[in-house]
Amino acid sequence: MPGYIYPNEFELQWGLLIVLYPYLTGLVAGAFILASLERVFNVREVQPTYRLALLTALAFLLVAPLPLLAHLGHPLRSHEIFLTPNRKSAMAMFGFVYAWYLAVVLLLEVWFDYRKDLVLWARNDRGVMRWIRYALTLGATDLSERSLRFDDRAGRVITIVGIPSAFLLHGYVGFIFGSIKANPWWSSVLMPVVFLFSAIVSGIALVLVIYMLTTMFRWRKVDVACMDKLAQFLFYAIVVDFSLEALDFIHRLYEAEESIQILSQMVESRLFLSLIVLQFLMGTIIPLIMLALVSPGLRKGGFVRLPPELKHLTYLVAAVLIQIGIFSIRWNVVIGGQLFSKSLRGLTVYKVQLFGIEGLAMSVALLLLPFVILWALVKVLPPWMDEAPGEAALAAEGPAAGLPSQG
Amino acid sequence: MSTARFDPTRSRSEPPASPVLDRRRFLGEAAAGACAAAPFLLGVVRLPAAFGQQPDGAYDASEHYYGMGVDPRRCIGCARCVAACKTENDVPAEPHFFNTWIERYVITEDDAVQVDSPNGGLDGFPPLTQANVERTFFVPKLCNHCDNPPCVQVCPVGATFMTEDGVVLVDDEYCIGCRYCIQACPYGARYLHPETHVAAKCTFCYHRLVRGQVPACVEVCPTGARIFGEVRGRATPLARFMRFNQIQVLKPHLNTAPKVLYANLDGEVR
Repeated sequence: MPGYIYPNEFELQWGLLIVLYPYLTGLVAGAFILASLERVFNVREVQPTYRLALLTALAFLLVAPLPLLAHLGHPLRSHEIFLTPNRKSAMAMFGFVYAWYLAVVLLLEVWFDYRKDLVLWARNDRGVMRWIRYALTLGATDLSERSLRFDDRAGRVITIVGIPSAFLLHGYVGFIFGSIKANPWWSSVLMPVVFLFSAIVSGIALVLVIYMLTTMFRWRKVDVACMDKLAQFLFYAIVVDFSLEALDFIHRLYEAEESIQILSQMVESRLFLSLIVLQFLMGTIIPLIMLALVSPGLRKGGFVRLPPELKHLTYLVAAVLIQIGIFSIRWNVVIGGQLFSKSLRGLTVYKVQLFGIEGLAMSVALLLLPFVILWALVKVLPPWMDEAPGEAALAAEGPAAGLPSQG
Repeated sequence: MSTARFDPTRSRSEPPASPVLDRRRFLGEAAAGACAAAPFLLGVVRLPAAFGQQPDGAYDASEHYYGMGVDPRRCIGCARCVAACKTENDVPAEPHFFNTWIERYVITEDDAVQVDSPNGGLDGFPPLTQANVERTFFVPKLCNHCDNPPCVQVCPVGATFMTEDGVVLVDDEYCIGCRYCIQACPYGARYLHPETHVAAKCTFCYHRLVRGQVPACVEVCPTGARIFGEVRGRATPLARFMRFNQIQVLKPHLNTAPKVLYANLDGEVR
């Protein structure tokens, strides 16, 4: 062990599970902001991903608190955060921010968006699915023009409320780290903003990957305009994110505070792979160059014109690399912040356990769980526009047709 | 017209003595009585405190505000304090769990600083190998019982708190084990207890304080390197220590306002 660390610092307090938490919430916030592009900012091209992005956000949000819960010393006391929150604590707000986002933003938005389709599906379904979908309508089966207009307006309002909420959700996670003055690696006013933009990057990249893979496995054609638009926004988001990260980095180097020596030492040794190689080179620079050349981000049609299949493959590779990069960002923040001693005189090591509640296996399971949930959500609420009952179905059924008496 | 006879012993403002309580005297006495009773009525002063002690002789936290003085020049690195603390407070015996520990600083002529604290100092310190030592000294470390404690600020459920007498404690029954306080402590003074799974730290031996005893580490220190007492102007050993020494605190730029006060601390200590 080179240098000196305080005796109590040998054990790292926040491990892999806490790396997952900002990663998962970042994906939620990013996916939601992508969905809002279509809804509020009328970016028509990304419409095929609208519902998919909402369901992705919901699936990941349901899993987001699990790593936190698994990590607590006394998980059975976790409800105290709701019952007796310390109002001065940044972390105490977690429960409220989470509940607000889940209940008020995501669930309501999904419900208003799907209500009409749920009613129509339920009318034509057989068996269990019919009752599940009917239950999900909460009995609101009115499909009159007025109620549909209300659905649409409500969805729009919720999205408008949802954008600052998504900013709050992830900016807040950044604040949990950024407000710790004891830790020079975390303590930065830029932290919430960096978290936010990296969240947008990761959310768009994730929805791009899911959209492309699910479309391929359904043997449908990938929407070229949609992919181009996603890649374009991904490019812009990554440029902003990279600029903010660079600003933070240069600012630290230029100020060269007391901690600069130990932090440089840490970046050059312990974080070399995860920060320089994975986050910077593979997760940022390479995808940035790929998207700059191929996507319509800088020039209509891109600088290098590729056949659509190859272009989409490039987007896919870039998006996967970006995911690895964003995960590395979370790792570098959470683990990096604990690899140096607060005495600023030495470094410690983090050894990932394979099994156990904070082990690698658990983390992999928690990373796969949102996809299982998403699969179930997609079964009940298919997000594909080609499977949604259109206006014709509505006209044929008539708005007032009753539900349970059928079948 | 009757006039009062001149009396040189009586002040001019004083009204003539009257067999009945006149209005002026009544108002004056009522006002004086109200002034005397006000602190008690308003709760500014507690009745038992005014008489110095709880009626039943029990401990009164409002009477105290504790701090500790540490004089590194007196510390010989024997770590009796570390051992006493582990015994007194059931701190896990294995390394890497300490409420208090001893650091050894070795500063060589080329201004290189080496710090070590093998097993918190419990097993002694290995002999120095450097040839060109400029100065070397021991520094006892513990929770600083900050007046502006970041650990208390961040605790999501309020399980860690500051007592009325200025001691930062953790409620074992309430802590959820999120470890945010451990991250927020700039001094590495907290750890997660391996058996109870809650945050643990120095308590200034609060169970001893309420019995009128000093913390175990202070009690056993053979050289008087640790001085315990009141930080707010009472005639305790700490008051004398603060008056006759140059006082420093650790990491003052973080504005945590520690109540563990170091005398003549070397600038390399952090």
